[in-house]
Amino acid sequence: MTALGKPPDSPPQLSLCQSAVRQCVCVCVSVSYPPSSQSTMADTARDPPPELSDFQELQDGEDLFPEPSAPLESGPASLPAEDISTNSNGPKQDSLFDDDPEDLFAEATEEVSLDSPERDVLLSDGPSPAITPITPPCSLITPHIDMFTHCSFDEIEEEEGGDSFDMHISVSDPEKVGDGMNAYMAYKVSTKTSMSLFRSQDFSVKRRFSDFLGLHSKLASKYLHIGYIVPPAPEKSIVGMTKVKVGKEDQSSNEFVEKRRSALERYLMRTVKHPTLLKDPDVLQFLESSELPRAVSTQALSSAGILRMVNKAAEAVNKMTIKMNESDAWFEEKQQHFDNLDLQLRKLHASVESLVCHRRELSVNTALFAKSAAMLGNSEDHTALSRALSQLAEVEEKIDQLHQDQANADFYCFSELLGDYVRLITAVKGVFDHRMKTWQKWQDGQILLQKKREAEAKLQFNNKPEKLQQAKDEMRELEGKVQQGERDFELISKTIRKEVSRFEKERVKDFKTIIIKYLESLVQTQQKLIKYWDAFLPEAKAIS
Amino acid sequence: MQEGLDDGPDFLSEEDRGPRAVNVDLQTDATLQVDISDALSERDKVKFTVHTKSTLPNFKQNEFSVVRQHEEFIWLHDSFVENEEYAGYIIPPAPPRPDFDASREKLQKLGEGEGSMTKEEFTKMKQELEAEYLAIFKKTVAMHEVFLCRVAAHPVLRKDLNFHVFLEYNQDLSVRGKNKKEKLEDFFKNVVKSADGVLVAGVKDVDDFFEHEKTFLLEYHNRVKDASAKSDRMIRSHKNAADDINRIASSLYTLGTQDSTDLCKLVKVSVAALQKIESRVAADEDLKLADLLKYYLRESQAAKDLLYRRSRALVDYENANKALDKARAKNRDVLQAETSQQLCCHKFEKISESAKQELIDFKTRRVAAFRKNLVELAELELKHAKVTMT
Repeated sequence: MTALGKPPDSPPQLSLCQSAVRQCVCVCVSVSYPPSSQSTMADTARDPPPELSDFQELQDGEDLFPEPSAPLESGPASLPAEDISTNSNGPKQDSLFDDDPEDLFAEATEEVSLDSPERDVLLSDGPSPAITPITPPCSLITPHIDMFTHCSFDEIEEEEGGDSFDMHISVSDPEKVGDGMNAYMAYKVSTKTSMSLFRSQDFSVKRRFSDFLGLHSKLASKYLHIGYIVPPAPEKSIVGMTKVKVGKEDQSSNEFVEKRRSALERYLMRTVKHPTLLKDPDVLQFLESSELPRAVSTQALSSAGILRMVNKAAEAVNKMTIKMNESDAWFEEKQQHFDNLDLQLRKLHASVESLVCHRRELSVNTALFAKSAAMLGNSEDHTALSRALSQLAEVEEKIDQLHQDQANADFYCFSELLGDYVRLITAVKGVFDHRMKTWQKWQDGQILLQKKREAEAKLQFNNKPEKLQQAKDEMRELEGKVQQGERDFELISKTIRKEVSRFEKERVKDFKTIIIKYLESLVQTQQKLIKYWDAFLPEAKAIS
Repeated sequence: MQEGLDDGPDFLSEEDRGPRAVNVDLQTDATLQVDISDALSERDKVKFTVHTKSTLPNFKQNEFSVVRQHEEFIWLHDSFVENEEYAGYIIPPAPPRPDFDASREKLQKLGEGEGSMTKEEFTKMKQELEAEYLAIFKKTVAMHEVFLCRVAAHPVLRKDLNFHVFLEYNQDLSVRGKNKKEKLEDFFKNVVKSADGVLVAGVKDVDDFFEHEKTFLLEYHNRVKDASAKSDRMIRSHKNAADDINRIASSLYTLGTQDSTDLCKLVKVSVAALQKIESRVAADEDLKLADLLKYYLRESQAAKDLLYRRSRALVDYENANKALDKARAKNRDVLQAETSQQLCCHKFEKISESAKQELIDFKTRRVAAFRKNLVELAELELKHAKVTMT
């Protein structure tokens, strides 16, 4: 079994895993398991079911998801006690296993499939001291379980669509609240879920656009710098909003509202799909509480906004000056990959937008032509020809409607998704940049430490005891900081690896669904075209 | 690129030469068959090889070919128009000038942008450009051929001497294009004619048939013009959309070569098929619908011209009548007035007779052509849609 860092889309690995799964199933069944430790995980995705029956279920190959949750909780705790070199996940895991409780989280994330919520529980609830070290018998399971969870990664992914990740958010009913320049659009955010994380199964709240932006900025400040890819929120558009505020009830403002609504929906779905972000209290509050403090710092012209812009500029300058010693080829390759992807997606996005534009034009022109053909048919005095021409006009009109629909499909399906991904990739690049910054901090700390050491040596040489003591203290502090910096860096690197593979998976999935939908719509269009022209043909033939 | 396109024969031979008599439904008569067997495209002119097969006695051989250029076709057309004898007939409209400007521009752009594109993009664009060039080329050949066939099929025009010279004379007809002075003259003539046309149109016609035809043709001409313009715009948008799909396909292709998932391969294949279909649909629509409309635009203009000539003759006739009356009243120059009146009367009647027949023919032709084209259009659309489905 290879390291988790590799993008998990290689089928041969999966089949190997599946056979391994069957092996560990047998192992799991035989172990008795103290349920006490599990009850502490009160807010996991599901209450850990009675173990034995779980493990029985394992046989079906179904419902793999709950099982790893149960044994795994014990896993991280017991790991420190165990030499994980037997673990097939590779040597780099060893470095993680310090006694630092934070690292529980880190280890867990390495071994568990990217989408299991437990480790996220660990994160949001802080390092959980509640995970009491489990008796050794369980540790026996853990290597297998690791294999199990690691290789059942893909299967779990599929489960995500099923009962394990059951959340559906819809943004609907945009209504205009208020008047004049203080008006805003309020959207109804409805959540349907069966996850026990939430208070009820089906609830909705009213939110406005700045609330969404506020949520995003909170999440970004919490998670971006440790390496999580936070989905970017839809962009502000002053022109669009002003039109809506002014109250023009025309096509373009309707379109704008519709565009925004679907963008918000996609944003929320993407945010909750991320297991860590799902557990975040801010997200929960956003989805559940009926009143939300107004997020004023998201206003475009506020002081916070200007501060943000200044910060962004400063960061851009900094980025250019940091020269990182990339020790890990994986990161370099990934960065290259994302750069390329970015370029191509942008190009594709531009082409799709131009296609949408042209198709709309085509539908307009077809409508005009249809009218013109109808008039021609009217003036034609040969009756059969006249009838045929009017039929042609009708056909063309229907085709125009078809083109319009197709253009809409193009737009909403394809183009918006591409736009989202272009923005997402910017977020990914931002995460890489954070890693660079962390590295920089670490290196700076090291340099400082070095300087202090030299100073200390000098002091020792000059024999100044009080200053020496002070220097020694400072050095210890610094050493601690440097270690922390190093750990942060490792942590962020790890997180990024995970996030990136998750991102890639999501991306492929998203694209696949969208493209299949798009192709289906194309096929439908062609079918309708066939229908129309078939109807027309006998008319044309009937011209004597 | 010019070199590659100079081998004219390849173009015409490999395609089915079906879409030739596209806009007219003609009985080909064994006594005189004309077609364009070959065409060569040089820098800025096209050389047509006009091939004639005839059993008529006035030709030296039974089968012969000459090379003609566009200007010579125009010369032939003008000679018909200017000939008073043919005032009573609908003169087949002259074929439009072969217009390769758009393609040439694109070719230039391609040449300039060669450095900035990948090799595949470049070859693809080159292919597209060549296909476009070929399409325009075929169209212009078809137009010229139609003109000749119409003339050959017309019972009176086919006997025209100029026509025979055109068909047979081996050497260059040394027809020069109109120089500036002549073009200016033409312009003024047109202005006068249209003003005259307005005056003449006010005269009510004695014959119901012609009255009806006049109103009909006027309206029809306007509507055909409108429809033709709109269909052009529609087809242009369609071509734009097809171009976009091409670009999308190539982007997806590059994307797919990076991602080794089979998703992208699937996408590549389907989008590639789609793009070909869309551009072909656009091209076919262009051929069947737009060309048809354009042709009938010109035809209806020619028919209008005929009616104008007839009305003019009628006015002349009436004027001659009035002059005769006046002369009789004054008892002066009676003979002169009489002869001129006779002349006018004769002319008018001749025109009326032939015009009637012509217009009826026009209608039949039009109906048949529309039928053929609309049927073909529908069939092609169906074919393409079905192919896309697979």
